Amino acid sequence: MSMTREWLLSDQPVSRRQARLGQAYRTWLDFRTNGLAMFGFLIVLVLVLLAVFAPWLAPHDPLVGDLNTTRLLPPLTEGYWLGTDDQGRDILSRLIYGSRITLAVVALVAVIATPVGLLVGTTAGYFGGWVDTVLMRFTDIVLAFPKLILALAFVAALGPGIENAIIAISITAWPPYARLARAETLTIRNSDFIAATKLQGASSARIIWKHIVPLCMSSVIVRVTLDMAGIILTAAGLGFLGLGAQPPQPEWGAMIAGGRNFLVDYWWVATMPGLAIFTVSLGFNLLGDGLRDVLDPKRQK
Amino acid sequence: MTTRTIRGRRGALWLRKLVSTLGTVAVTFLGLLVVTFLIGRVVPVDPVLSVVGDRATQAQYDAAYHALGLDKPLIEQFWIWLQKVFQGDFGTSNLTTRPISQDIARVFPATLELATVSIVIGTAFGIPMGVWAAVRQGKLIDQIVRVVGLVGYSAPVFWLGLMGLLLFYFKLDLISGPGRVDISYEYDFTPKTGLFLLDTAMQGAWPAFRNVFSHIILPASLLGYLSLAYISRMTRSFMLNELAQEYITTARVKGVPEWRIIWVQALRNAAVPLVTVVALSYANLLEGSVLTETVFAWPGLGQYLTNSLQNADMNAVLGGTLVIGAIFVGLNMFSDLLYTLLDARTRNQK
Repeated sequence: MSMTREWLLSDQPVSRRQARLGQAYRTWLDFRTNGLAMFGFLIVLVLVLLAVFAPWLAPHDPLVGDLNTTRLLPPLTEGYWLGTDDQGRDILSRLIYGSRITLAVVALVAVIATPVGLLVGTTAGYFGGWVDTVLMRFTDIVLAFPKLILALAFVAALGPGIENAIIAISITAWPPYARLARAETLTIRNSDFIAATKLQGASSARIIWKHIVPLCMSSVIVRVTLDMAGIILTAAGLGFLGLGAQPPQPEWGAMIAGGRNFLVDYWWVATMPGLAIFTVSLGFNLLGDGLRDVLDPKRQK
Repeated sequence: MTTRTIRGRRGALWLRKLVSTLGTVAVTFLGLLVVTFLIGRVVPVDPVLSVVGDRATQAQYDAAYHALGLDKPLIEQFWIWLQKVFQGDFGTSNLTTRPISQDIARVFPATLELATVSIVIGTAFGIPMGVWAAVRQGKLIDQIVRVVGLVGYSAPVFWLGLMGLLLFYFKLDLISGPGRVDISYEYDFTPKTGLFLLDTAMQGAWPAFRNVFSHIILPASLLGYLSLAYISRMTRSFMLNELAQEYITTARVKGVPEWRIIWVQALRNAAVPLVTVVALSYANLLEGSVLTETVFAWPGLGQYLTNSLQNADMNAVLGGTLVIGAIFVGLNMFSDLLYTLLDARTRNQK
């Protein structure tokens, strides 16, 4: 173990791989000292594990309950630790399965919005001129709408459902990444190494994708992580309004909407999914803050 | 150089900034209109069917199709629609059967009142918290302010609203429930401005004022909390920036009392970017209001929008989206201009 550690922390790496892994390891050591960030990391890790192993972890069926015997049981009932809803379904099991939906939304939005933002931003920054003006004006227009309102309008147009919610959120999510990537590109596009690559005959596409995009990655990743909490809240809000995942899917926002009708007598039905949303989005916020501290060179003292 | 030429140059600079901002805003508005129009065109709901019903003959269908102008090219349809929008005509709502512009004018004061009370709460608590956290950087109070802010960023507002209703209305009975005013007080005053707090106060209807207040306090506190999270974080970072400056050291050396350094000298300089932050928070409250108004049955723009959405009333949705987008852009522009006007450093540039 200590051998590995020494190899990673070596001042004279003998290969590119060693240097890269060493850098990653140093970042991790730096990150590990931040208690709150580690807490956030832990929450996100638990979310991922819950989503992956849901069928083994959930004690009951998330979609079908027993209407005769298990309706609206309070929390801490034996076997139903978070209680049951009006259809006799175990809330804990629904939350565990719901983590899959939450994770899928976050992951898909990140996978769709990040490349779009990177592509638009780096292209605008690299070429400059009218390309820059057109692309950035378009970005600003999308940015001019409040996110939730634009997502609402798109879901209204496309029809309710989790897939359309993901598309709508992605459409509203990419502009900040484009701006960020453009700003980063502007600072490096006149560097010597770009000029050298150009002299070697590299195409614009190659320069952007192989040389500029990797340098924009760390700041974009930080921004995406920080945005994930907002994405979760937007998705939950759409679900709450009945425009996201449709019943009987155990989406957390929709579960709150379901529990709203009997809030006074059976408080736990709406409370538990809200706590789940809160915990996960707090986790992403803490993780994002921590990542920003270790990955953003401008913030280091 | 005389004062007059300096002032003249400052005016010229500001004017140039105004013109360029207006240019940007004009393009952005046009973009808003195009995006909204295109969203309206991809709707799977057939607008003809909602006019003639599904038992119409082909001839009736064609007539309505022609009357709605759907047989014209897209660009011409956009032009017609644009002219109508500029005359304040967003079409008629299928749900209320009234012109959408009238509907929006009717519900808007409710949202305005809620957002204004919220931003007052958010600013009144957020700025002192941020200042305090900056002064005690790294201490316990700094951590507390940070956690309070993080919770505000992370909690779903509609859920907080439900929990607040459950606790303060149903269990403790400290406040009034959903809605803007109880029905028994509704006829104690005439809604002239539509801002009920203002209306009741001006007409001296104090019991009604108290009732209105007990209705608005919870949703406004919640929205205020959301903006507080952002305002306190930004205040803290601006103040840290100011407190590290040399003029603060100078003031300390000269023996200026510490409270005066913090609350007068540093805060006055930090206030310039803070104005922008507060204006942006105000714009963001419009967004937060959509979910909050749904939870509190608050008859404002947000609830109008969600109601229209759930009833597939597309004209109303687009009208509402456009109005909110326009206000959002307007506030952004306003904060941008205000910044130029207030920041002493931008005045010295040529």
